[in-house]
Amino acid sequence: MSDVLSRRKFFNQIAIAGSALAGIVVTVPIVAYLLSPFIRKPDRTWQDVGAVDDFRINETVQVNLQDPSPLAWAGETALTSAWLRRSTSGFIAFSVHCTHLGCPVNWNQGGQLFLCPCHGGVFDSEGTPAGGPPQHPLQRHDVRVTGSRVEIRPVALKVG
Amino acid sequence: MSNLFGRTPHDPDELDAKPETSLPEAQAFPEITQAQVDAEAKAEAEAAENKEPGPVVKAAQQAGTATFDWVDDRLGIREWLWPIATHLSPKVNWWYVFGSATMIAFVMQVVTGVALAFTYVPSPNNAYASLQWITDDATLGSVVRGIHYWGATAMIILVGIHMCQVFAFGSFKFPRELNWLSGIMLLALTIGLAFTGQLLRWDQDAYWAVYVMAEQVARVPFIGNWLMQIIIAGETVGGNTLTRFYATHVFLLPAATFALIGVHLYLVIRHGISEMPEAGKPVDPKTYREEYHKLLEEDGEPFWPDAAWKDVVFAVAVGAVVLALAIFVGPKELGEVADPTVLQAHPRPDWYFLSLFALLALMPAGMEDALIIIGPTVAGIVLVLVPFLANKGERHWSRRPWALGIIAFVVIAMGLLTVLGDRGDWSPNLDPGPLPEEVSARAEAAGLTEGATIFQENACINCHSIAGVGGKKGPDLTTIGDDLTREQLTWRILNGGNGMPAYGQTLTTEETEQIVEFLLQQTQERETEEP
Repeated sequence: MSDVLSRRKFFNQIAIAGSALAGIVVTVPIVAYLLSPFIRKPDRTWQDVGAVDDFRINETVQVNLQDPSPLAWAGETALTSAWLRRSTSGFIAFSVHCTHLGCPVNWNQGGQLFLCPCHGGVFDSEGTPAGGPPQHPLQRHDVRVTGSRVEIRPVALKVG
Repeated sequence: MSNLFGRTPHDPDELDAKPETSLPEAQAFPEITQAQVDAEAKAEAEAAENKEPGPVVKAAQQAGTATFDWVDDRLGIREWLWPIATHLSPKVNWWYVFGSATMIAFVMQVVTGVALAFTYVPSPNNAYASLQWITDDATLGSVVRGIHYWGATAMIILVGIHMCQVFAFGSFKFPRELNWLSGIMLLALTIGLAFTGQLLRWDQDAYWAVYVMAEQVARVPFIGNWLMQIIIAGETVGGNTLTRFYATHVFLLPAATFALIGVHLYLVIRHGISEMPEAGKPVDPKTYREEYHKLLEEDGEPFWPDAAWKDVVFAVAVGAVVLALAIFVGPKELGEVADPTVLQAHPRPDWYFLSLFALLALMPAGMEDALIIIGPTVAGIVLVLVPFLANKGERHWSRRPWALGIIAFVVIAMGLLTVLGDRGDWSPNLDPGPLPEEVSARAEAAGLTEGATIFQENACINCHSIAGVGGKKGPDLTTIGDDLTREQLTWRILNGGNGMPAYGQTLTTEETEQIVEFLLQQTQERETEEP
């Protein structure tokens, strides 16, 4: 009895399989669409941030960069920032995000420190944690000097 | 065993005969309807005795009755809805009003949210400006935004009280385990709605608060960074993030909330409102249902209107308070417009997340990775397991001191953390202003102006206060000259510690000496000398 496929059982299975298939057909494109920010790799190009001579040795200044995946309607948020330090040995570009929880760190020139306004994280001029909760150094963007120009290639925000 | 889809209060035999029936018994309905019809007929007869209506009135009445009968026949109001609304429920007190009040608050959020969506533009270029227009220019826009803002606060508070009450009364026990579970899911949705709504203000606080959340998510092992990018729609918080949060806040979460409220209410109706707990009367799954129905037969009252009037009165009160706050206090003020290139931000979450914000600042450094992930996971698992770990036994709080203790602990801890989070003393003061006049004048008189300047320029003042000016992250230095010696001060400045950076590399020996001299001048004596 049980191994005979009755007409009703057959239709039952067809109906269930068909519904599942219909669900998948609709779901796959929707999920792919929602995941697109992850699937599409952002365009990471070198960005000019100024002439080498614009930056003084032992100073850290804020420079603005184009977001790696800007949108036509992004407005102000198409930009992102970095802290650019020039030392005797060259340039370092720091991410502005505190490695504790991502709040924007502020540079204090006199104290030569990065201060975080959220939970009081402190980093020294090399981006090494100097106080407060952060355990990891500030993330660094790629930076290079081409001729007399300084260029930065932003890296993705990540933890640690 | 279903009690409410179709069981009438007048049929005790049936209860005994078929205790395990779970299907609606439609034949039971006409009794209620019959009783009503009889009552109506009697009333009509009485009315007819008093005065015979004119032919026009009579025709209109007949047409009205016919129309209602048609609608009722098609919708099943008398047959299906009315018995549900008037089902017998146990006599309960005012503690039972918070669930329905939470739902009313949610409905209020949906209505005002839809109204706001008529004008709000979810685009990074325009979101802030459209919200400004709603707040400042639109007719009653400030009130509508105010209701939405304070309604969110009301919903969070009410859902919290509702959960505490259900926990304290042991109402989650057999057979209402899934009532509790769907409630926990509704709590998660409520928190999700509060969080996603916050970003839509698109001001600096909201913008950076999303980074804080994203970084927490990114700590999930293995898939953290991936998960973070899904949530903020990319690597940075930008245009894609706003629309993603918008769609989640106005479509996804409200739809899920509606669906789960449906499930939650269905379960409340299926298992009935839990009776008032009685000390010494434990829940025994074997006999509970029988006893519950016996209680209903003996001492129940129709839910509508005998029990529901309390809910209505309280819901009106909640609505009135929210409206008053919206009118007299108004919505949360918009901060500066979100701008990733303006780093002078002081991100603070809305109050309902301040306790978490404080916890993240106060937990021992290095434990975040563990606590950020394990904390919420354990909390979630415990909340889900509550009804399965203790689904029988005593319900009354006097026999469950631990339950009351847990509630008291959680409420007090969250309250304290919220207060601490609001003060945020652990944050450096990024704009402390100059030292008080008397401090700098005194330094100048003693030839210590250099030291005072270095103190201000080297970020000392961002974390330490002198005479009320400066940050509160580090110890107050107003009388530090009394507490520490020259050597101790020098050591502390050069080596840092306890969250303070070491200044050995930054300051010259001379600068350090100048600062130390300046600090040694800060004594109690100074306080008493000055008028």
